[in-house]
Amino acid sequence: MNDSSLARLVFGRLTWESFPIHEPILVWTFVVVALLGIGLVAAVSRYRLWGWLWREWLTSVDHKKIGIMYIILGIVMLLRGFADAVMMRLQQAMAFGGSEGYLDAHHYDQIFSAHGTIMIFFVAIPLIVGIVNYVMPLQIGARDVAFPFLNSLSLWLTVAGALLVMVSLFVGEFSRAGWLNYVPVANIENSPDTGPDYYLWALQIAGVGTTLSAINMVTTIIKMRAPGMTMMRMPVFVWTALCSNVLAIAIFPALTAAFAMLMLDRYIGSNFFTNDLGGNPMMYWNLVWVWGHPEVYVLVLPVFGIYSEVTSTFCGKRLFGYSSMVYATVVITILSYLVWLHHFFTMGSGASVNSFFGIATMVIAIPTGAKIFNWLFTMYRGQIRFELPMMWVVAFMLTFVVGGMTGVLLAVPPADFVLHNTLFLVAHFHNVIIGGVVFGLFAGMYYWFPKAFGFRMDPFWGKVTFWGWVIGYWLAWTPIYVAGLMGTTRRVRLFEDPDLRIWFVLALIGALIILVGILGFVIQIIVSIRNRKALRDTTGDPWDGRTLEWSTSSPPPFYNFAFTPIVHDQDAWYDMKSRGVRRPAVEYRPIHMPRNTGAGVILSALALVLGFAMVWYIWWLAALAFVGLLAVAIGHTFNYHRDYTVSPQEVERAENAAAGGVP
Amino acid sequence: MSQSVADTAAPLEFYQLEDDGVVHDSGTLLGFWIYLMSDALLFATVFATFGVLSSSFAGGPGPRELFDLGLVAVNTSILLLSALTCGLAMISMQGGRLGATQLWLAVTALLGMAFVGIELHEFSEMIAEGATPQRSGYLSGFFTLVGTHGLHVTFGVIWIAVMLVQLRQRGLHQENRRRLLCLSMFWHFLDVIWIGVFTFVYLLGML
Repeated sequence: MNDSSLARLVFGRLTWESFPIHEPILVWTFVVVALLGIGLVAAVSRYRLWGWLWREWLTSVDHKKIGIMYIILGIVMLLRGFADAVMMRLQQAMAFGGSEGYLDAHHYDQIFSAHGTIMIFFVAIPLIVGIVNYVMPLQIGARDVAFPFLNSLSLWLTVAGALLVMVSLFVGEFSRAGWLNYVPVANIENSPDTGPDYYLWALQIAGVGTTLSAINMVTTIIKMRAPGMTMMRMPVFVWTALCSNVLAIAIFPALTAAFAMLMLDRYIGSNFFTNDLGGNPMMYWNLVWVWGHPEVYVLVLPVFGIYSEVTSTFCGKRLFGYSSMVYATVVITILSYLVWLHHFFTMGSGASVNSFFGIATMVIAIPTGAKIFNWLFTMYRGQIRFELPMMWVVAFMLTFVVGGMTGVLLAVPPADFVLHNTLFLVAHFHNVIIGGVVFGLFAGMYYWFPKAFGFRMDPFWGKVTFWGWVIGYWLAWTPIYVAGLMGTTRRVRLFEDPDLRIWFVLALIGALIILVGILGFVIQIIVSIRNRKALRDTTGDPWDGRTLEWSTSSPPPFYNFAFTPIVHDQDAWYDMKSRGVRRPAVEYRPIHMPRNTGAGVILSALALVLGFAMVWYIWWLAALAFVGLLAVAIGHTFNYHRDYTVSPQEVERAENAAAGGVP
Repeated sequence: MSQSVADTAAPLEFYQLEDDGVVHDSGTLLGFWIYLMSDALLFATVFATFGVLSSSFAGGPGPRELFDLGLVAVNTSILLLSALTCGLAMISMQGGRLGATQLWLAVTALLGMAFVGIELHEFSEMIAEGATPQRSGYLSGFFTLVGTHGLHVTFGVIWIAVMLVQLRQRGLHQENRRRLLCLSMFWHFLDVIWIGVFTFVYLLGML
């Protein structure tokens, strides 16, 4: 008795039973992850890279390196999220005619919850934030973001959240309540385990990072544009990044508050979202969807920006309808805040409320349609070069339009009463998120990869990736539309009706073709690095680009621009090229740059410990981690030496090293 | 832009050659202002939740049984007075008077502590009467809304304490001035939130 109460004091509710050693799938996953981890640690130690890793990457406040690290996080988590997807597809293709499949309900529910959570919070968000981080300051002619330390902190808090989700795979269990952790399933009496707590702490920690990052990006865009770059001369990608981040600032507080209240319900027994004593579960749905629907636009707006940049570059034309593109973006930003209730028309809020939200939802199709026409008109009579990024744009337009139309269909409340919670809805949002966001992220990664690393990506494996994803997408999700239209509900582990089986087998084949695309991408990265000499770009402007990021060398020096450019046109770099502007042949000037700091990594590590301790009720450790967080945060404010001067000689050295053929 | 336009127009500059390389205003105040707006939305969410739950008493006590408006009035005056002393600290800072700045900041912190102390006293009395956050949706909303504000004030007091140390170390350093401006925005923001709490939670509750 005494022993167990001591153990509870030291380890909270963490016991030997918390480790899933009796689950072969998890044990093998752990073995693979552990071997990979040991291999990585061994390699870093073997080549004595720890110091380099710490100095050059972990403590870096350079927006370019932070952007690259965000993207690496997103790609790694994509592999995890996709593994979950294939497991679900396999289960649904197997579990017919009395077969139980190979996953029990307990695990299947964790897998679909983890899949959604990871894909949105730790794949889509890091990839978007990463690309914005890398590209936006270069496009506005700035040397860094407004708050370089906050940028580092944001990254590492996101990493800490991702790690906490990964820990839940091997210690305890993850939420079974869906990707938004719905109550009443996530209430303490229905989920007394660690699942929802892992979810809540991981997302609160990562959410702080995302909010800080959004504040940082908005301030950067407003305050740090190069002289001459008025708002209506900003590249469309910068506009979309601005709107997306404004939107993120407007919505994440709602999510933070909703999660905090659910935490209070679970930890101290308050009654916000309970079924008795005056609580109201639908309030949770409202609050998370006040975040959730705009979040779709937080993700897709920057991607619309990527499509705009790519289309204009690869058609060799100025973007058609620049100002209509800007206004469409702003209108979408505002409207996206007014549609959240369409996620639960079936709540019963009455015909007038449902009509308002239904119509508001349909109206969003207008500015979005305007954008599609702008891209088409940019292509019209352009000299289209079908390089990898442009291929993704075309695939996007063909795929996304279908997703948009099924979205309008779902926006009609009577239709939604039939289709609510069916696989039709699931197919719809995968259609817009894969066909919109993921395709755009690939376009962006291929487009800016040569800028970040100084060489292009291998085109052959790029085409394998492209066709794998595009064919795989259509084969995986068209059958799901069909099954959904026939009334199959989502989040179902096994089926009675054998007639439905064909659709799930087809979907599984589609998912395996997407797997070809994903493996093709991994191979492409390896092949491109190995062939980097042949793929080298010495010009800094491999695609004949139009915006300022192409005016620097590839990769850009750490200070981005030796001389801050002055902007006279929307397509500033195209303007400079067509006027034959040369880099000034005068002496370099000193440049102030921010110093690296380890505070972001340390604070995030403490946040991770705090989250883990709170999940397992290890109160002493949580208190320690919290005091540590406060102490490090306050200690960091006593550091007044946050920047330093790069001497003109050093600038000259860096410029000559990077020079190549840059004009 | 065609080439001929470039030839005839006056020569344009395309690079800043006389740049001193220093970012003069990277936008700390703007960034902090945006943070405050996001914090305001966090409060808005908690206010909305409280609004939904404002009559979910579940048979438990309501505002009339719980609140002592006299005490709340005293507490409100204390917080509003602290806004005045915070403003006086800023005026002293603008005038370059370090001692006065420190003095007014210390008074602000003391008033803030008094505010939090009275609030904790109010909470403990309610809990002693059985009006705990677990009792009803209404009380969950009340404790969370008022408590979130109280936590912010507590954080502000810690911030002032840190600033007092930094002022002693470095005086009215440019960096410290910027931090003090952010601090004062934060403090006044908490005042504004409290006006909302006072009106919607206490006054409307007593109607």
